[in-house]
Amino acid sequence: MRLVSLDSLYRFVTFITQRLFQSIFVLFGLSILIFTIARVLPGDPARTALGARAPQEVVDRLRAEMHLDEPITVQYTFWLTDALRGDFGDSLVTRRAVTTDIAEFLPASLELVLFAGIITAVGGVVLGTISAQHKDTWIDNVIRILSYAGVVTPAFIFAIIFLLIFGLALDWLPSIGRLSEGIPKPPVVTGLITVDALLAGQFGTFWDAFQHLILPGVALSLGSLAQEARITRSTMADNLSKDYIAAERALGIPDRVVMTRFLLKPSLIPTVSIFALDFAANLANAFLVELIFNWPGLSRYGVNAMLRKDLNAITAVILILGVIFILVNIVVDLVVSALDPRIRLRTARSD
Amino acid sequence: MSAQTPILDIKNLSVHFRVYGGVLKVLDGIDFHVFPGEKVGLVGETGCGKTTTMKAILRVLPTPPAVIPNGEILFKGQNVLKMSERKLLDMRGQGISMIFQDPTSALNPVFTIGQQLEAVIRHASPQNHRLSRSAIEQRARLALREVALADPDRLLNSYPIQLSGGMRQRVCIGMALSTDPELLIADEPGTALDVTIQDQVLRLLQRLVDEKQKSVILITHTLGIVRQTTDRVYVMYAGNMVEVAPTKRLFAKPAHPYTQGLMAAVPRLSGGGISEGIPGRIPSYMNPPVGCRFHTRCPYAMPVCERLKPPVFTVDDEAHQVACFLYDAPDKVQAYKQEQVAV
Repeated sequence: MRLVSLDSLYRFVTFITQRLFQSIFVLFGLSILIFTIARVLPGDPARTALGARAPQEVVDRLRAEMHLDEPITVQYTFWLTDALRGDFGDSLVTRRAVTTDIAEFLPASLELVLFAGIITAVGGVVLGTISAQHKDTWIDNVIRILSYAGVVTPAFIFAIIFLLIFGLALDWLPSIGRLSEGIPKPPVVTGLITVDALLAGQFGTFWDAFQHLILPGVALSLGSLAQEARITRSTMADNLSKDYIAAERALGIPDRVVMTRFLLKPSLIPTVSIFALDFAANLANAFLVELIFNWPGLSRYGVNAMLRKDLNAITAVILILGVIFILVNIVVDLVVSALDPRIRLRTARSD
Repeated sequence: MSAQTPILDIKNLSVHFRVYGGVLKVLDGIDFHVFPGEKVGLVGETGCGKTTTMKAILRVLPTPPAVIPNGEILFKGQNVLKMSERKLLDMRGQGISMIFQDPTSALNPVFTIGQQLEAVIRHASPQNHRLSRSAIEQRARLALREVALADPDRLLNSYPIQLSGGMRQRVCIGMALSTDPELLIADEPGTALDVTIQDQVLRLLQRLVDEKQKSVILITHTLGIVRQTTDRVYVMYAGNMVEVAPTKRLFAKPAHPYTQGLMAAVPRLSGGGISEGIPGRIPSYMNPPVGCRFHTRCPYAMPVCERLKPPVFTVDDEAHQVACFLYDAPDKVQAYKQEQVAV
């Protein structure tokens, strides 16, 4: 037994190292791509930043400062040398270091997307399972129709509806920002207010922050939740007619155990893979939701940067999204191989 | 033997499948029984409803689409179709257990052999449910040793894809026997394996059921296996039981034209080459032929066969029964044949 676990630990470390090594190249490629795209777009960032009435010589000075008058390869070299030292430049809009901005806005987005992810995972799997177990009955049909509605409706529509109904008309839940006025912010550990509040033992703050999360979180999650429900339902319904399920039932294992253990595990594999894509997509989709609920998140910051041609901010935001995307995919690959020995053993053999 | 009450008694069972575009009438009122300790064979070509019958007995047919419009399945006098969930769980495993046709699809690919086998043992009876983890593991090891699998410890931690086809089949047999069932259903065991491995597996199975004095239903389309291992044989065609007889009698004197065709289709080393088999194929279950379902392929078909479903007639004695108008009273058969001339 000991040998087996050492062996799997070794495989685990190798896998992580390989993937992290590969992702260096991915990020390098991504940086070149986004750097180029941001610069070939029409419009002069220095002019945009200084305003239409700024004198030409001031604009020229800023252009020189930002190396915008040099060839793009030289610009990239400057940027890369700084970036490798952890300096991603200043934002033209906020006039602060881009890293400071990201440190401020990223946790807000992460908190929102993580919360939406939890709702997606739990809700999607539960609805999908119920649907599969009541396949072709009215329950299945109701869930199916709701799922289609969820898939085709953009998150900002839900956001607006929720804001109007639950935030304004009924006034059940707060709908602006991350915390109510007068509530003290917890000391920053993770940047996720709910988590930090719990760590500091400030349960009042936690409850307030949690309430602020509900409307934007649910609005953001519904699309992916519906998607997960559909996928879980169809994989489960498929697997339900597999011989091994009939065999397990025929040998006297109670249906409850068969459904929640022997059917659920093989059926979760596609759901988990799609979840990764949805999670990363939600980071970007969060833009309009953040805008509607005045949520100080990274997506809103990123889109503003693009509208104003804030070059350094654009590049940094895209790279951060790239890093998150890569991390989520590594985690998902680990989860999938934990669920499916066929994948795990195949990789082990090919090593 | 016929004085005993059967352990399993199926009466006039029909199973239909509601599918897009209609209803598949797969089982069409079959009768079937097994006496305690008896080894019963069930033969018929692929798609004739053998596996459906067995899944119906254990109530593991997916419903919907399957529906059971009529019939009774009595296991030790109790109607399986009306059993409560509790009773059903008692029957499955301990009462009846089943070895599925294809060991590759009958094992859950994402659980280890140990996880699956131990779950089966744990849920086999309320007493087992109270056993400790290590006691269950001990039972699982025993179950694997019993089917001649070496190194059970390693196997318990293995996943199905790490095993060869023969090993998987042994695991399935071990799993089915681990609950110590009164009646074992073996659905074409070894068909998915190559001939030598299949032979080993069948010998093993035969030895185990002999030792343990189990009642057995052996489903196969290999007549040689039936001849060696069973006491009595049912022949099934397109959802109908067409003939039943003690094994020796059936092979000596097959009565139903379909059974005769099956026997003739077996290639023999001494015979003149490969036979042609029975022309045609199993009819559609959506619109099965009216009357006898075999009449479209039967060399002796008479007009009456197209009109009426043949009842069961006795050949020689009660033990040998056949559903074919050729075995009606001789004068009636004469009349049927003349009718044919008249047309």
